[in-house]
Amino acid sequence: MLQINEIEVYYGAIHALKKMSFEVEQGNIVTLIGANGAGKTTTLKTISGLLRPKNGSIIFNNQDITKTAPEKIVDLGISQVPEGRRVFSTMSVMENLEMGAYLRRDKKGIADDIENVFTRFPRLKERQKQMAGTLSGGEQQMLAIGRALMARPTLMLMDEPSMGLAPLLVKEIFSIIKEINERGTTILLVEQNAHMALSIAHQAYVIETGEIVLSGTAQELLNSDEVKKAYLGG
Amino acid sequence: MDAVLSQYIDPYFLRIILIIGINIILALGLNLITGVTGQLSMGHAGFMSLGAYTSAILTMNYGVAFPTALLGGSLVAALFGFFIGLPTLRLQGDYLAMVTIGFAEIIRVFFLNFEPGGKAVGLSGIPQETTFLTVWGLVAVAVFLNARLLSSRTGRAFYAIREDEIAAESCGVNTTRLKVTAFVLGSFLGGLGGGLYAHYMFYIDPQVFNFTKSIELLNMVVLGGMGSIPGTILGAVLLTILPELLRVVAEYRLMFYGALLVILMIFRPNGLLGDVRIYDLKKRWGLGKNK
Repeated sequence: MLQINEIEVYYGAIHALKKMSFEVEQGNIVTLIGANGAGKTTTLKTISGLLRPKNGSIIFNNQDITKTAPEKIVDLGISQVPEGRRVFSTMSVMENLEMGAYLRRDKKGIADDIENVFTRFPRLKERQKQMAGTLSGGEQQMLAIGRALMARPTLMLMDEPSMGLAPLLVKEIFSIIKEINERGTTILLVEQNAHMALSIAHQAYVIETGEIVLSGTAQELLNSDEVKKAYLGG
Repeated sequence: MDAVLSQYIDPYFLRIILIIGINIILALGLNLITGVTGQLSMGHAGFMSLGAYTSAILTMNYGVAFPTALLGGSLVAALFGFFIGLPTLRLQGDYLAMVTIGFAEIIRVFFLNFEPGGKAVGLSGIPQETTFLTVWGLVAVAVFLNARLLSSRTGRAFYAIREDEIAAESCGVNTTRLKVTAFVLGSFLGGLGGGLYAHYMFYIDPQVFNFTKSIELLNMVVLGGMGSIPGTILGAVLLTILPELLRVVAEYRLMFYGALLVILMIFRPNGLLGDVRIYDLKKRWGLGKNK
């Protein structure tokens, strides 16, 4: 579904991604794990078109999207749950969801999808008129996920959904991610919480200073000594 | 109409009511750029002067009819808004503010040396075409169109850009195009306000459109409530009346003016009407359709 071929990304003089290649297969949850500053967020931003690679290519459903504008990429079916949630804080929950469907024109479909989001996240329904900035961290994360779903993505990019959340909420969010995937959305998940990420993912890549250093099925990586030592605390 | 009005209303008050209207149009323009879309512009007086000079020169030297001249002035301002908007989109916050200050200064210095504009002496004898009805009619149109725009899908995207540009982009909003749009529409209103001003005052000179004027307009938007149409109107009304009321304290006027601004901002950091939007009011008052 998505192929990343030797992309190189620079921030000024800093070489953030070094010939990074990996693949996301349709229907899977694929996770990129790695420490702070390894290049995980950079990778997602490059896929969604917010950053441009200097070399290399990104292929989505056999179409080269390396130089495609971010809004076109959303239209093609890739939507993103950004790091730190980034909800529109002075807009209501409802308006946030409507923004997620910004590129869609089918009013009926949008209304249905809002209902679907509310069924999945009843708490958002209760707070639909409240300003998004007044929600708790977990609710904001749910809103960010709901907003991304409103674009009807076939591939969803998720950046650190566990960030800043209490352990119980992290569990809840991850079971939601799993459920979204089971309903047919492919997910590329970037996480520092390697244990959680590997426990729901099918395929996994370990990234260090802009390079993929290890890859395999999530199960393989969970049992790998290197991963255990570096990322799983034992 | 104006003659009739002036029989009943003191000319001094009539004058203030008219200036309030012009300031509302100017502030609504700046509100689109800074209040709604979050692009800090500190050079709105630049757009105002473009509209003022263009329309004045058109009516005085070329005998163009007032409505056409007014439109011409607004379009010139909008054109400049487009060209200022484009390269500055990569800039944010403080940097954009500096560029817009610089832009307004360049325009001011240009008019200081512009022969057809009378250089530093300015233009006098501009036909007094701006009437009470023109101003308040245009205020009504501007408020109506602003309200329509801001409650539309595009309007929501403007607010989204202010809230979080990256998130807006990842929702599929073409932020570049919308930011330029906000700049163009905002500077159009700036030019319109300038044209109305010139044809009310008979006389303009570059000093009218200095940095202080830009800040005064920005104050209206911030004080009233960034992004809020009712707030911007309230801000324009208050900040036009306030200096008049403060005439009693004579030379301490500006001191009181400044102190009041500081106090207001301490107690209402989000502006008087915060983020009250017209369609929220409609809902609250049970007008319009409920969602």
